[in-house]
Amino acid sequence: MTKMSSIAAGAQRPVPFWRNVRVLRVLSQIVFIILVVIILGTLFLNMKRGLESRGLWGGFGFLKLEAGFDIGEGIAYDLSDSYARAFLVGAVNTLRVPIVGIALATVLGLVTGIARLSSNWLVNKIASVYIESIRNTPLLVQLYVWYFAVIMKLPRIKESLVLPGPVFISNRAVALPWPVPSTSFRAWVPYLIAALVVAGTIGVIRAREQRRIGRPPFSGLWMVLAFIGIAALGWFLSPKPLFIVSVPSLKGLNYQGGVILTPEFTALLVGLVVYTGAFIAEVVRAGIQSVSRGQIEAARALGLSEGLILRLVVLPQALRVIIPPLTSQYLNLAKNSSLAIAVGYPDLFNVAGTIFNQTGRAVQVIVLIMGSYLSISLFTSLLMNIYNRRVQLVER
Amino acid sequence: MRPPSTSIGVLGWLKENLFSSWFNTLLTFVSLVVIYVVLRGLLVWALTQARWEVVTTNLTLFMIGPYPRQQIWRIWACLIMVILLGGLSWLVWGGLSRVPSAEEPSSVSPARGWVRWGRILRKARRWVILGWVLSFPITLLLLQGLKGSSILPPVGTNLWGGLLLTFVLAVISIVLSFPLGVLLALGRRSSLPVVRIFSILYIELIRGVPLVTVLFMAQIMLPLFLPEGVRVDKVIRAIAGFTFFTAAYIAESVRGGLAAVHPGQYEAAKALGLSGIQTMVFIVLPQALRTVIPPIVGQFISLFKDTSLVAIVGLLDLLNIAKSVVAQPEFMGLKREVYFFVAIIYFVFSYAMSHASRKLETALGVGER
Repeated sequence: MTKMSSIAAGAQRPVPFWRNVRVLRVLSQIVFIILVVIILGTLFLNMKRGLESRGLWGGFGFLKLEAGFDIGEGIAYDLSDSYARAFLVGAVNTLRVPIVGIALATVLGLVTGIARLSSNWLVNKIASVYIESIRNTPLLVQLYVWYFAVIMKLPRIKESLVLPGPVFISNRAVALPWPVPSTSFRAWVPYLIAALVVAGTIGVIRAREQRRIGRPPFSGLWMVLAFIGIAALGWFLSPKPLFIVSVPSLKGLNYQGGVILTPEFTALLVGLVVYTGAFIAEVVRAGIQSVSRGQIEAARALGLSEGLILRLVVLPQALRVIIPPLTSQYLNLAKNSSLAIAVGYPDLFNVAGTIFNQTGRAVQVIVLIMGSYLSISLFTSLLMNIYNRRVQLVER
Repeated sequence: MRPPSTSIGVLGWLKENLFSSWFNTLLTFVSLVVIYVVLRGLLVWALTQARWEVVTTNLTLFMIGPYPRQQIWRIWACLIMVILLGGLSWLVWGGLSRVPSAEEPSSVSPARGWVRWGRILRKARRWVILGWVLSFPITLLLLQGLKGSSILPPVGTNLWGGLLLTFVLAVISIVLSFPLGVLLALGRRSSLPVVRIFSILYIELIRGVPLVTVLFMAQIMLPLFLPEGVRVDKVIRAIAGFTFFTAAYIAESVRGGLAAVHPGQYEAAKALGLSGIQTMVFIVLPQALRTVIPPIVGQFISLFKDTSLVAIVGLLDLLNIAKSVVAQPEFMGLKREVYFFVAIIYFVFSYAMSHASRKLETALGVGER
């Protein structure tokens, strides 16, 4: 009895503030903030003092100065343009790589990932040799191999390889045929807009319908059909030709017409696609293997063909597992494009490095580089998260 | 009756794995053509055209870079120490510990012998772990040398290079980034909002930018951050860059491990009267870290490959040595041979490590619970 009352008394006694959890939480956070501020502040002041003494402190005003260095390729740029313009050229060059690269790497990864699961022993082994050898060597070494040991060893421009198309391949450039919108292309544009609007409306209506009857009404299929139908109608009604295919040809020591890829861009693109493709293949394989065998056996028992099993049973379930790691592979591809500097492709990092060497503005240049890559990463993850949410919802 | 000859033996295997349908047959022939073309091109080049003397002449350069040749015994000493420790670890964890399980458990006196054996083994393991821990300062001391010593004259880090530098960078960075990563992971799960937000900002910022920008920043900004007169050499700057970068990724792996610890474990620890820190140190972290060993080995492998990026900021690692070898006047233009060789070195080590990590994963039985 006395024991219990003493416990009760103990509970009533006010907790000293140094043992009060709420006080402790607030205090520890304040201490943490003070520590962080002291550390970062010291570093910042050191940096400011050092840079000020060399006259390199200050805002982004230096970006208006004349750059005066050459950039190999990209949007219109001149030696007398400003640093800001040079940086923009680099940023656009950086964007070109992941936009093309992600599409190609996805295709390569999908094909290899499925080949890795093939029942054909040879196909399976070829895929696994490719995946293992690519995944276990550094990307930078691969870029050097592609640039110096493959592309630079291609025949000279006079003896270009010619593939049907025609596609010209030499150590100076790759030239591909490219459709260019002609003057009558404008007549087709209203049809395209109309097709988009109709397809969108159908999508909304079918989605509402799906919610009502609770069954998938093939809205994607209907949307695509409507779009293609209206676009084709416009194609027949507008004056021809809508596109002129610009065919490259060898004139002297240069290619004319078509679209011309520099060896630097080609090396970077091929390197990144082959590298990321191997990683995507593993993601795809893991995703497909995550679908339990029972699902496939049940689908077989229902009499679905192998193609239908893949499309209706395996893929919808596998996509749930695939999308998140696939997103991080896309992000890796975009981030790895910063290795362009190894082959001399003038991307954002490369151009910013030159700007830093010329101006010495370390802080501003690093803020610009990091800001740009962060926004690319955030934008990509945003898009993929939207897609991911859709895939996850379909499952439920 | 025997099964038909087409369903057993070599023929059966061929039919099942290569020619099971017309489509598979087609794939088989296409693959054969691809293999023939690639292998033939590769073999003809490697055996008849390639001038491998560029590799054999420069082998020492590839391995240790410009490290003074008279001091090469120091690297051998480190290597022998690591191999010895590796062998001992294999013995006490692998080879010798498997012996008891083969014995009959029913007979009493041998069982007692095994108990004693187990005690000896446990003691031996403690010594081996101590050996590993001590091997770090010993290796660094051997490589760096002592000022004013005649047996171990100092060797500046600007003379470290080749595969040696690659390994030094990777090992030191992973060892340093591990505690930082664990702290960040705990910070991200902390109930204190300030700590949590700080950790999230750090992790997401680092994961959103390419490694090469972090390295670039470490090379340029680190000297600026420090008070004037304090100089940090390039290798340490690179290690700092790798450490800050890898810590963010390790934090995410560890966070996964922490999330995998059953909430009942926390409650049980609380019921036993353990404090928050005690719960973390004795209950949660041991379980969480066990599950994250495979991803951290994976992180080490990718760090090993990523050390090649220091070639961009001008350190003499394996890849940069390759670049300098390619520029040697007597071996002008032998880029294929050199880069191919470098790729093979990276491949051998990464493949061996990922193979070992898969073994480790099975041994730990991570995926099986």
